[in-house]
Amino acid sequence: MNNLEKQFKLIRIFVAISSALVLALLIILFTTSDPFQTMFDFLIGPLTTARRMGNVIELMIPLLFTGVGVSIMFSAGQVNLSSEGAFFLGGVAAAYVAVSILLPMGIHPIAAIAAGGLVGAIVGVIPALLFLKFNALPVVSSLMLNYICLFLGLYVINYLIIDPQAGFLASLEYPQSSLLPKLFPVTRIHFGLFIAIFVLVIGYLFLMKSKWGYSIRIIGKNPNFAKYSGVKVAYYILLSQLLGGAIAGMGGAIEQLGIYNRFQYQRLSGHGFDGILVAILAGYNPKLIPLATFFLAYIRTGADIMSRTSDVPIELILIIQAVIIVFVAAERFLEGWKHKTIVKRSKEALVAEEV
Amino acid sequence: MENIIANILSPQFIYTILRVSTPLVFAAMAALVVRKSGIMCIAFEAMMLFAALGGVIGSAYTQNLYIGIIVGVLSGVMIAVIFAYFVLVLKSHPVLTGLALNILGSGGTVFVMFVLTGNKGTTSSLRSLRFPVVNIPFIEDIPLIGQIFSGHNALTYISLLTVLAVYILIYKTTLGLRIRSVGENPHAAESVGIKVVRTKVIALIIGGVIASFGGMYMSMGYLPFFTRDMVSGRGFIGIAAQNLGGGVPIYTLVAALFFGSADAISNVFQTLRIPAEFMQMLPYVVTIIGLMFVGTTNKDSKEKVKKLKEIKGESI
Repeated sequence: MNNLEKQFKLIRIFVAISSALVLALLIILFTTSDPFQTMFDFLIGPLTTARRMGNVIELMIPLLFTGVGVSIMFSAGQVNLSSEGAFFLGGVAAAYVAVSILLPMGIHPIAAIAAGGLVGAIVGVIPALLFLKFNALPVVSSLMLNYICLFLGLYVINYLIIDPQAGFLASLEYPQSSLLPKLFPVTRIHFGLFIAIFVLVIGYLFLMKSKWGYSIRIIGKNPNFAKYSGVKVAYYILLSQLLGGAIAGMGGAIEQLGIYNRFQYQRLSGHGFDGILVAILAGYNPKLIPLATFFLAYIRTGADIMSRTSDVPIELILIIQAVIIVFVAAERFLEGWKHKTIVKRSKEALVAEEV
Repeated sequence: MENIIANILSPQFIYTILRVSTPLVFAAMAALVVRKSGIMCIAFEAMMLFAALGGVIGSAYTQNLYIGIIVGVLSGVMIAVIFAYFVLVLKSHPVLTGLALNILGSGGTVFVMFVLTGNKGTTSSLRSLRFPVVNIPFIEDIPLIGQIFSGHNALTYISLLTVLAVYILIYKTTLGLRIRSVGENPHAAESVGIKVVRTKVIALIIGGVIASFGGMYMSMGYLPFFTRDMVSGRGFIGIAAQNLGGGVPIYTLVAALFFGSADAISNVFQTLRIPAEFMQMLPYVVTIIGLMFVGTTNKDSKEKVKKLKEIKGESI
């Protein structure tokens, strides 16, 4: 029966994704004058040049981090949305270290990424502390915290390390010693990809194969059961949020040092919320995160190409994302069908037994 | 410095507080009605955005404010109904659904705006209407008080009346009693014949209508057009105000005004050498401190939060 549950989860995700895509194609059909070229750009566009395929992988790197981070956070049953703030402030911390501390090549990015991870950990754990100490709902407190991260980060960028010569609001340029090396000439794919894969593997082992991860998942499934079977609930909740925030913060740092040459965000980047979508699609299992991330990065790149070649705006992607989340989160969606299948299979099993 | 103090003590400052608090009051009252029915809804952001755009489009194409209002309210309520369908019928996780709808609100409004106007930033090219400014007779002639309370946008007065209306609805009507009972104990409510799902849907629709007015205030009062993501967290602050006010309408109003004054102070302080970022941060910091305060002092609410968490399945 357990297998069947899994099967239906997969089917639900498949139906969610395909209905979102169908909706997207319908919208394209009705909004543009050349729908077939637009659909082609959207669906096949990313495969047409090496640079575009590179774009897909570049987009995947930060999402791998936030996806793993959110999976760990949500596995403990905490609806902590501070991954967004952790990613942003992690990037700011890395920018600060990159610009204002002189370190030799090799050590410089490590220090910047560590700073990003540390800041991210602090951001991630605050809603959990507020929840455990003061009973403040993490949903509300983490959303507020995201805005605090935004303005704190903007203060650091626009006052402490601003480049007045830049011509727009941005930090000083990152010195060469702090940047992560690029891997392929035409694309912006950078060394962060290896770190992302490493984090992914460690995240998988931690969450799915270790005692800590097991405890965290039990708390997420049933906190009372966890409490009565002697799991230190508060400890594991803090641990999970700390780790999740740290990974998201590292992601923000690596994105800065890998893709950009100065800090340019003036608003939250959305990577943290994207991480939530990735984590939901992957069912909080790091093993499936690369697939979910690839899907998201692919349709993003497709939408980007589409928005440049046609009159369909890139915001179409947000509509698709919303539809996918809503359907995947809908537990009762396709419930009737599932029920019928279970009954049918049980009957078959009974018949088989009688024979 | 003296300048600042004079600024804060001036009637214009209190006028500003009322002006910037209006959307927060609407959002907080919407959050209150919905929360009373026991639903954890964070989709007010999307409701407000859609209503803001709907009102602008409706009024621009018909040049009729009332049709604009109807289109705006229907746009906001549409989000509330989608939320209700997924959360109450398909049993989606409420927070994730709210999150998804907020993403939809942000992307969907920009999409519609671009398709209609060819502009992704604002609808300033549309000739949309605004809610009128109301000068209250007699009161406008009283020195100080007239400067503070008269000459506001009509929706500012409606927002204050909404507080009264919500109070009456929740505490003095049968529907209000039902909403509270399904929120506090759905099983008991069901056992005496109250239709739980239907009551919650009604609460969500009422919340949607109230939030829609908050959204329309943004694009048809506060500003004369729609700009992308113009609600910028006001729906969330409304939820926080509701939390801070402990679910009591009048306290919730005070909390919303409090957040509004943090916003207004940040405008005044921008003349001082304090970085604007810190002032912009203030309302959110205050909210978090407020949440801590509510959690520790109100034992009753502590129990309730605990119970809510168990019932609503705060875990995913």
